[in-house]
Amino acid sequence: MTDQTVNQTPEVHVRVPRYSGSARINHWIVAISFSLLALSGLALFHPSLFSLTALFGGGQMARWLHPWLGILLAMSFFGLFIRFVSQNFPERTDIVWLSRIRYALTPGGEEYLPEVGKYNAGQKFVFWSQAFLILVLLLSGICIWERGLHYLEAAVGFRVSIETMRWAALIHATAAVMTIVVFVIHVYSAFWVRGTIDAMTRGSVSGGWGWRHHRRWLRRKVREGDVERPSNGD
Amino acid sequence: MFPPIPNPDVSVQKPGFGTQDLVRRSASTVPVPTRQLTPVAKLIDVSKCIGCKACQAACLEWNDLREKVGENRGSYDNPEDLTPDSLTVMRFTEWINPETDTLEWLIRKDGCMHCAEPGCLEACPAPGAIVQYSNGIVDFIHENCIGCGYCIKGCPFNIPRISRVDNTAYKCTLCSDRVAVGQGPACQKACPTQAIVFGTKDEMKAWADARIKDLKARGFDKAGLYDPPGVSGTHVMYVLHHADKPHIYASLPDNPRISPLVKAWKGAGKYAGLGVIALSVVAGALHYLTQGPNRVTKKDEEEAEQLAEKQS
Amino acid sequence: MASLAPTFGRGAMTNSWTDIKNTDLVVIMGGNAAEAHPCGFKWVTEAKHNRGAKLVVVDPRFTRSASVADLYCPIRQGTDIAYLLGVINYCIQNDKVQWDYVRSFTNAGLLVDERFGYSDGLFTGYDEEKRDYDRTSWDYQMGQDGFALVDDTLQHPRCVWNLLKQHVSIYTPELVERICGSPKDKFLKVCEMIGECSSKSRTMTSMYALGWTQHSKGAQNIRAMAMLQLILGNIGVRGGGMNALRGHSNIQGLTDIGLMSNLMPGYLTIPTERETNLDEYMSTRGFKPLRPGQMSYWQNYKKFFVSFQKAMWGDAATAENSFAYDWLPKLDVPSYDILRAFELMYMGRMNGYFCQGFNALLSFPNRRKITEALSKLKFLVIMDPLQTETARFWENHGEHNDVNASAIQTEVFELPTTCFAEDEGSLTNSGRWLQWHWPGGTPPGEAKTDNWIMAQLHLRLKALYEKEGGPLADPILKLDWRYKDPGHPAADELAKELNGYAVTDLADPADPAKIQIERGKQLPGFAALRDDGSTACGCWIYSGCFTEAGNQMARRDTRDPDDTGAFGGWAWAWPANRRILYNRASSDLEGKPWDESRKLLWWDGSKWTGYDIPDIAPNAQPGQVMPFIMNAEGSARLFALRGLREGPFPAHYEPFESPIANVLAPRIRGNPAARVFKTDVAQFGNPEKFPYAATSYRLTEHFHFWTKHVQINASLQPEFFVEIGEELAHEKGIKAGGWVRVSSARGSIRAKAVVTKRIRKLICDGKPVHIVGIPLHWGFTGEAREGFGPNSLTPFVGDANIETPEYKAFLVDIEPIDGPVA
Repeated sequence: MTDQTVNQTPEVHVRVPRYSGSARINHWIVAISFSLLALSGLALFHPSLFSLTALFGGGQMARWLHPWLGILLAMSFFGLFIRFVSQNFPERTDIVWLSRIRYALTPGGEEYLPEVGKYNAGQKFVFWSQAFLILVLLLSGICIWERGLHYLEAAVGFRVSIETMRWAALIHATAAVMTIVVFVIHVYSAFWVRGTIDAMTRGSVSGGWGWRHHRRWLRRKVREGDVERPSNGD
Repeated sequence: MFPPIPNPDVSVQKPGFGTQDLVRRSASTVPVPTRQLTPVAKLIDVSKCIGCKACQAACLEWNDLREKVGENRGSYDNPEDLTPDSLTVMRFTEWINPETDTLEWLIRKDGCMHCAEPGCLEACPAPGAIVQYSNGIVDFIHENCIGCGYCIKGCPFNIPRISRVDNTAYKCTLCSDRVAVGQGPACQKACPTQAIVFGTKDEMKAWADARIKDLKARGFDKAGLYDPPGVSGTHVMYVLHHADKPHIYASLPDNPRISPLVKAWKGAGKYAGLGVIALSVVAGALHYLTQGPNRVTKKDEEEAEQLAEKQS
Repeated sequence: MASLAPTFGRGAMTNSWTDIKNTDLVVIMGGNAAEAHPCGFKWVTEAKHNRGAKLVVVDPRFTRSASVADLYCPIRQGTDIAYLLGVINYCIQNDKVQWDYVRSFTNAGLLVDERFGYSDGLFTGYDEEKRDYDRTSWDYQMGQDGFALVDDTLQHPRCVWNLLKQHVSIYTPELVERICGSPKDKFLKVCEMIGECSSKSRTMTSMYALGWTQHSKGAQNIRAMAMLQLILGNIGVRGGGMNALRGHSNIQGLTDIGLMSNLMPGYLTIPTERETNLDEYMSTRGFKPLRPGQMSYWQNYKKFFVSFQKAMWGDAATAENSFAYDWLPKLDVPSYDILRAFELMYMGRMNGYFCQGFNALLSFPNRRKITEALSKLKFLVIMDPLQTETARFWENHGEHNDVNASAIQTEVFELPTTCFAEDEGSLTNSGRWLQWHWPGGTPPGEAKTDNWIMAQLHLRLKALYEKEGGPLADPILKLDWRYKDPGHPAADELAKELNGYAVTDLADPADPAKIQIERGKQLPGFAALRDDGSTACGCWIYSGCFTEAGNQMARRDTRDPDDTGAFGGWAWAWPANRRILYNRASSDLEGKPWDESRKLLWWDGSKWTGYDIPDIAPNAQPGQVMPFIMNAEGSARLFALRGLREGPFPAHYEPFESPIANVLAPRIRGNPAARVFKTDVAQFGNPEKFPYAATSYRLTEHFHFWTKHVQINASLQPEFFVEIGEELAHEKGIKAGGWVRVSSARGSIRAKAVVTKRIRKLICDGKPVHIVGIPLHWGFTGEAREGFGPNSLTPFVGDANIETPEYKAFLVDIEPIDGPVA
């Protein structure tokens, strides 16, 4: 621990709105479906985790539920994507940020990083990798979804070969592992960077959090007057 | 005379093998059985098969299954493909032998090959849904099946089919229920030309040798036994007149093996995957332990307030 | 069967199914054993497997049988005679003849009437008006002693052998190729393989079925092969023979029991109207030996006949009333076969019809005519275990049965019967084995056995006659009806009656003081039959099937000493439990087996002995009594005398509908002796309008029109289709699995198309001939999809001798069409 860290929460003078109510609902739908998918997926991924299917009412239920959750995830994530994509385009400063990532992993190291907009390069990485991986999981998942393929064949004559299914299974599993790792990074980051979870629970963050982690974003919010100033602290 | 399968005793018998004889069980481990059953095999002599489909009818009858009345799609193949009800089908191929320029009507009875190394079992995520007995029979245990269809991906022969009724996978059981009480499979029993024979794997290999000799004497120089080593042999084998090119028999794989993709997915992959996930969690924990939480300081809040002040 | 009897003496498959395993060469021509007789085909598999036997298939299509054959040779349907005479010519030209056999056991040396001849495709005596021959010249030259003249050296120009040699000499491989479309090299390869079987140590078996019979010259197709088998010395030997594969499990039994309008049980013949008394009837049925010392077993005809009459009318048949001869129906035409029956119905001259176990609407040619004929009936009685199309011929099923029900006044009575698996009785298989069976299930609903229904009809008719009287009441009133339950004769009672019993105590012929068989006892066999009314026997050839020792047909002994394939203790075979007919011919003139390794019956110095029941008197001296004991000559007939209507030798004739003209006699259409009804001539098609040669057949997934009622079978072959070759499909733009319309001069059908490499274009007389195959299993009842049958297309013409319809060769046109109209 460094000297900069203090054990009690500092007084907050400014609160900055970060996520609207609908964005938060959308996020939590993604989060819940993702978690259930991870649990049911892992249950089918490794025999030692098969007992996780009990959470869903058994293997048949888990097998049935997983692809539908996948559809829910893909659709809800698409909502997030639309909401956040404009903030997630790469910028030049992201390269600098990434090149100094070791400072980003150290509390207080922010001072050595360029000022960040709404999302830093790490968050953008999470955003884009999840967007990509979920798309991959969706497509590969359909290719190994017995019932779904049946519907698709009946509806549009879509068929996949078994070799394609094998590739799909391997890709699905690989992508799933990756997406879970990214998920772990995402969750850990939110937990490690204190004050972050507020964004998805209350919808706003403290000004200090903004100053510390997303200074450029904070400056913009302030400029736009989109900040709350509680008269007496929080 | 015919291979020695006499009419069996029809009195009620205890099954000759059961769970104590499992050598493999999907997504789980089994204790090494205390005894080794004699490996059995069904031999399908394609050169003797007349494609009468008696085996198909017998299979439907014995397993009390009914296939829907389909339609003619321009060939003798009916049903067109394996289904959860049709565990075996005849596949007809009209092949012009380029060496003799004569037509050969190749008729192959398709169904589960009962691989010594079963890809379905390897791929199956549901504990006990697929089992292998020490006599070589690979069986699906439907109460444990979750209907995921991984067995389809695992199978090198494209055999299992998922039922739309009960969402479990079906394939030929090698009539494990009949074999357990000393009878041969229903298809073998029904075959009028003894193109299907059943016995111990050694007997069947010896029987095949004699057949291959006969075929060679009739000018089929490449006649041979199909017992593919890629899956460590099978407990359903073919005598082929053209053993050098199995693919002409309605795409019978030349060298079947469990796909490396499946191996990667269900072998090392599943450990590696869990490892990577675990690693990420451990990395997070270590990071937290060494770095502690990243908290917002008083200074940060003040800076933010100053910024807001300035603007207003 | 009308072809084997004039050749060998008996109209039945000569060997047994199990014997086929003894052969060296199987020739499947005029049949498709693997497809239609898959269970019997196992014996072909056995022969191939154990003896290294070869299989040759000659067929217009590359069939399921061909799929396991060593050699397949294509042939245009309806040209088998040209092909087989070509093979005979090859054998004669290349000395592939079993000379000892031909000289000893055939009529090769007998001299033929000087007047007999053949020219321009016709034998002597043809009358174009009557479409029939005066057959007087088709005979032997007779000597002063009353026996036929013979030249054992075969040098005499009028001996059968030289006439045969001359008759077949035109059938060169080139001509065979021209007529049959069979490539010369393939044909010669077949000849070579067949020719090898002229060796004493090699045998060939001929397996055929409706592919030979369902032609306007079916009997002659079979005769051509029978003659070839004689030349090769393959009759009466193990692994040889003419093996007629019957289309139903009990069709052999049907002919044996005489279920034909001109027959009585045991191949006795119904009297004609000219034979007004028993003496006249017997005057043409004396069957005096034509060569000295021969058994000419039909000499016993009167014993069989009188015993039959006794079985029919019991005590009412007496010597005084000529054993009730007058009560037999007399024929005013050669036969009231099924084609004639429907012709009469069509003309409005037959008003009622009993249809027992028969699906006439789908089974007889020219369906439109059948429908019209049935519509003219006052009543139709159906006895069947299944819902047949015939029972519902009046019901509209759209295009599949396009009738106006309101316009049909026929009253239909359906009497549901049990099926074979629900009652007791015997079935006679192709190999003449009478196998007893027991019920395996309970009949559903109100189904009754055929016995019960017939008995009830009889009792009611009898009661009516008793009450009201009427002309010719005696045959009904006095019918012997000695059954425990008169309303339901039991199967074993009927079987015992067929076997025969002693009416009075039978004295021993050697010692009249001794009683050989007591009154009322079952007879041991037909040798015990007498012509004085002291024996009764329903079917003489079945005598021995149910003796005092019990039901021989129920025997189930699977032992087969020395693996000869005889299985003499399994069931019972007619005649006298003989498994291979004419088995005395398996040894040479002295009685020594032709082939030691395959010996069957031999002379041990004092009697005939071997693995089978001798088909000759056990003490008949070798060299004197010849093996074909039913023939008056004692030998088999290469020259069939007057036995067949269209000639003593087979000759090539085209089908009535043929893509090419008869190249030997272009003026002759079809078989010149075949009966053609006037109403049908107008409905023959010609190749200009209907260019493709069609044929019909069965598929292994189905059995006739029965199994479409079975869900499993229906799923294995669900839908009606026609098969064509890739060349024709390409020419016509027909896709596999697409719809086509097939039409003939009689009607048209819609079907799915199976496009296959297994049917190839043939070149016949320089012209390409495409073949269209039409399987027959679909109708409008049952589990399978509704479909048509070939009989919507086939012509109403039958074989000259037995009136089997010409189902295997007719002309059609084919066009691709869009999907179902409906």
